[in-house]
Amino acid sequence: MRTETETETGTAAERSGRTGAVPAPRRGRTGRAGRAPLSEGKRAERRLGWLLCAPAALVMVAVTAYPILYSVWLSLQRFDLKFPDEREFVGLANYVTVLTNDYWWTAFGVTMLITVVTVAVELVLGMGLAVVMHRTIVGRGLVRTSALIPYGIVTVVAAFSWRYAWTPGTGYLATLFGEGAPLTERASALAIIMLAEIWKTTPFMALLLMAGLALVPEDLLKAASMDGATAWQRFTRVMLPVMKPAILVALLFRTLDAFRVFDNIFVLTAGANETSSVSMLAYNNLMRGLNLGIGSTMSVLIFLTVAVIAFVFVKLFGTAAPGSTDEGGRR
Amino acid sequence: MAEPGRGGPGRGGPVRSRRNRLAAAVTTLVLLAPLAACGSGDDGGIPTVNLYYTTEQNIQKVVDDCNAKASGRYRIAYRVLPRAADDQRVQLVRRLAAEDPGMDVLGLDVTWTQEFASAGWVLEWTGERRAEVERGTLAGPLETARYEGRLYAAPKNTNVQLLWYRSDLVPQPPQTWDEMIRMAQDLRGRGQPYRVITMGAQYEGLVVLYNTLVASAGGRILSDDGSKAVFDEGAVRALEVLRNFATAGVTTSSFSNTIEDQARLDFQSGAGAFQLNWPFVYPAMQEADPELAKKVKWARFPGVDAGTPSKVTIGGFNLAVSRYSKHPEESFAAASCLRDAEHQKFSAINDGVPPTIESVYAEPEMAEAYPMRDTILEELKDPATRPRSPAYQNISTVLSATLSPPSAIDPEKTADRMREATQDALDSKGVLP
Repeated sequence: MRTETETETGTAAERSGRTGAVPAPRRGRTGRAGRAPLSEGKRAERRLGWLLCAPAALVMVAVTAYPILYSVWLSLQRFDLKFPDEREFVGLANYVTVLTNDYWWTAFGVTMLITVVTVAVELVLGMGLAVVMHRTIVGRGLVRTSALIPYGIVTVVAAFSWRYAWTPGTGYLATLFGEGAPLTERASALAIIMLAEIWKTTPFMALLLMAGLALVPEDLLKAASMDGATAWQRFTRVMLPVMKPAILVALLFRTLDAFRVFDNIFVLTAGANETSSVSMLAYNNLMRGLNLGIGSTMSVLIFLTVAVIAFVFVKLFGTAAPGSTDEGGRR
Repeated sequence: MAEPGRGGPGRGGPVRSRRNRLAAAVTTLVLLAPLAACGSGDDGGIPTVNLYYTTEQNIQKVVDDCNAKASGRYRIAYRVLPRAADDQRVQLVRRLAAEDPGMDVLGLDVTWTQEFASAGWVLEWTGERRAEVERGTLAGPLETARYEGRLYAAPKNTNVQLLWYRSDLVPQPPQTWDEMIRMAQDLRGRGQPYRVITMGAQYEGLVVLYNTLVASAGGRILSDDGSKAVFDEGAVRALEVLRNFATAGVTTSSFSNTIEDQARLDFQSGAGAFQLNWPFVYPAMQEADPELAKKVKWARFPGVDAGTPSKVTIGGFNLAVSRYSKHPEESFAAASCLRDAEHQKFSAINDGVPPTIESVYAEPEMAEAYPMRDTILEELKDPATRPRSPAYQNISTVLSATLSPPSAIDPEKTADRMREATQDALDSKGVLP
């Protein structure tokens, strides 16, 4: 929810900036080009703002910026714990190695497939679940709690029960589609991974969407139905537009999460039969291969992809996206 | 943490006292920490040697015995590593990379020893300690504990695969793979159990099989100094043998998916005339099907060329001392005790792990536990080791990926692909799948 808070803070600051600027604009002291001069109060407020942010910003630098920069630095070296004496700076050679490698692109494709399919299915199911949870009158607490159970279970634990369920001999699902071990074939293994992901995170999606549903004014819906809008029209023409910011937050969160899928695959297939995600691949090269150079290169590439996804979301959906500062942010 | 600046005058008291209590608790912890560290390291002045070793049912008895013999010089604490080889290695590697001083003696698979030595994680065995390890130890297992001419570990146990065959169907065991395939085809023609059962799934077991074939054909995978991927004629010949075997119609239908235990079960079900597998299959068969076990005999692994006996890949475990150990002297002594002749004999009889000290095979108690001991010893005296390279994990991963499925091997092309991928692994350029 951090993004939402930021939006609100930004809006509040803008508002107070405007009101602060109106009564006492001082001449002769201009800020940056094209901006209104700052008042005394405004500057003091900014200073306070920076001071209040500083501890958080420092912690963020320590726990995120430093590891990111260190990864980038590692990715530019031949650095293999197996050959500690042969550590050297190799420029972008690791990037060439990874980006020309079939394993990487296979894993990238698998990850993309999992991301797109799971997020799409979760959006639809999550919306349905959100509407149910929102509209339930009897036993609302019970309905909401039971819907959230999968999200409350530790992913690795859930993944193990899926694994045993799909393993011939121990599982009740293994023989569902005839003989054979579904986790040892690529297509069925990927389907099971996606199923486990969807089962696990649909409640999260529903929770975020339910927050959006709460924003839809009851009066608006009543007015629409008075004007003769059908249930479907009320959903697409009234509810969805009002919910757009909430849907975007939900989509963005889930897409970024889904792209980093790791634990389900680690437990279910360990990446066998070309079911590795990019995170699995990075783990294998870092932890099993001890190749910090190649592994860090993959981590950096994953980071860049995630950044691109976030950027595309903000650009594509423009005004309503979380973090954007124009009109949409003020809804 | 308490929220700063929020407390009114009325709330100042409790907040402060809570803070004081927190501060007191933190101070106490800080003061106690070194004591706790001492406590875990030295038990009443006796240094604790932490042994990290995989599950072995009766190893605790060996540990207890060594502790008794140490008479207060050290006390070994056995910490169990996971069962799966990969999990064992990942745990060791992660903690060593973080310079964890809590590990002293490490149980290393024979294929990891060079990697750990090259990374500088294990101490070299020198002087009298080295001489003690080398005395009476078989050359093959000893070689797996060496890196660049130095000794980095003490071989604890070894292992080697044998040919198991149905003596009621096959009067004389085959000497070569070609002969074995012909025999199997004959048996099939006569409608008798004929299959040759062994491990062919995409994993370490397939690399072990290929390595045996390469060594038996007189080929090499790496150059002598381990810096170049060679894959010479012998390596190509080994690929031919493997492909011919996989396509001769004598394997099980699930050959490309078979691992050790599956192979054992397939043979126990009576479908096979031959099985290539580790010695553990024999006691298991005696228990599961004594009638079948009576008909089964063993022989040296078949070779590639007639007249040239096979060289079989050895497995097993070595004991090494961590560089970050706080008690290296005691750790070396403890490792020596855990793998001395007496304890190797105990483990061989009770846990089924073949000894690395030659004289142990001659002990009278060994005859009952190891009726096949002469064949094991024969193979161990002329063995093949897997490529002794720090990059072995990566090499093994790319080899098993390229070799699988064996029926799709195209000898020359497959050799080229393996040469290239192996060279990349040696240059830290390889990407693991």
